[in-house]
Amino acid sequence: MRRSMLFLPGNNPNMLINGNCLGADAVIFDLEDAVAPDQKDAARILVRNTMRYMDFRGCEIIVRINSIDTPYWKADVDEILPYTPGLILLPKTSCAADVLEADAYITEVEEKLGLAQNTVGLMPLIETAMGVENAFAIASATKRVQALFLGAEDLTADLQCKRTKEGREIEYARTRLVVAARAAGVAVYDTPFTDVNDDEGIVTDAALAKALGFTGKASISPRHVEVINSVFSPTQKDVDYAYEVMDAIALAKKQGKGAISLHGKMIDAPIVTRAQQTIAMAEALGMERGM
Amino acid sequence: MEIKKLASAGTMESSDAYVEIEPAQGVCVTLESVVGQQFGEAITAVVKEVLQDLGVENAKVRVVDRGALECVIRARVETAVVRGKGE
Repeated sequence: MRRSMLFLPGNNPNMLINGNCLGADAVIFDLEDAVAPDQKDAARILVRNTMRYMDFRGCEIIVRINSIDTPYWKADVDEILPYTPGLILLPKTSCAADVLEADAYITEVEEKLGLAQNTVGLMPLIETAMGVENAFAIASATKRVQALFLGAEDLTADLQCKRTKEGREIEYARTRLVVAARAAGVAVYDTPFTDVNDDEGIVTDAALAKALGFTGKASISPRHVEVINSVFSPTQKDVDYAYEVMDAIALAKKQGKGAISLHGKMIDAPIVTRAQQTIAMAEALGMERGM
Repeated sequence: MEIKKLASAGTMESSDAYVEIEPAQGVCVTLESVVGQQFGEAITAVVKEVLQDLGVENAKVRVVDRGALECVIRARVETAVVRGKGE
């Protein structure tokens, strides 16, 4: 379950070592933009040691490596792969060939380490206009791809438009990515809301992402984690309704009925699927059926 | 592994350690730490262990610890060594 993903700068020990107690479902150790070029070596070793020695149970570790057009990314993979991060976030992914290049090297390192192929998943970061247009090809390039991730800051620079809180400039990219990811059968995560002090703005932005179909949302501030978790969690009402749907389905089966209704509404396959998803999430969160 | 030049890693920020390494005869570690009285010997032992694991037999190392965890100290010493070998 990844409702929230919190970015942590890869060369900042104070933030890295506390990453597992900030409430996020996943943390993203950042070796890319948050690290100056002359500190890439230091960050890589620090992130590797944090993964090696610290206990992050209950909080998945994702690592944003450097992009494949830099001299750093292979060394990043070499250092972190032995400690099997949940996912590798691959920045500036613009086409399927980028994914295949990363996949080939990761496979090579997995083989050297005696790990099964695809032990470590890949999450392409879509932050160019080309990447948005190629989203489905990227999402379905290899079995290693487990999710797409929208990066709006670089994308809006590429689109030559201003990044706003309302986010109208990224509406197309958001919907395009959700459709591409769902068509490919992978998860999809929304870009961070970057105004750390806007407590209302994060609620609106996270709710929009949820409404559009995103699986979860990234954050650059621990302050946003709780809101994101809340928005991307089912409510008790959602959970109770999901159980009612499943009860109705079970009863209909028993009675040999083909079509059923609940509270005057037809229950069809998509509603059942959604109910199953809600129950799965509720179970993961330890939520029980209400009275 | 031979240390060929003066090199450093880390910062003076909280939870970090600043490490300087330079060529010398034998291994000499000096430590400044807010928790030196309680943990000085343990920190010095960790520094020496990292040097040994990396095959460093001759180096003068200065560590300024700002309350860093062991994994951070290990990372900063390793980075300083890699930088000091000058490849």
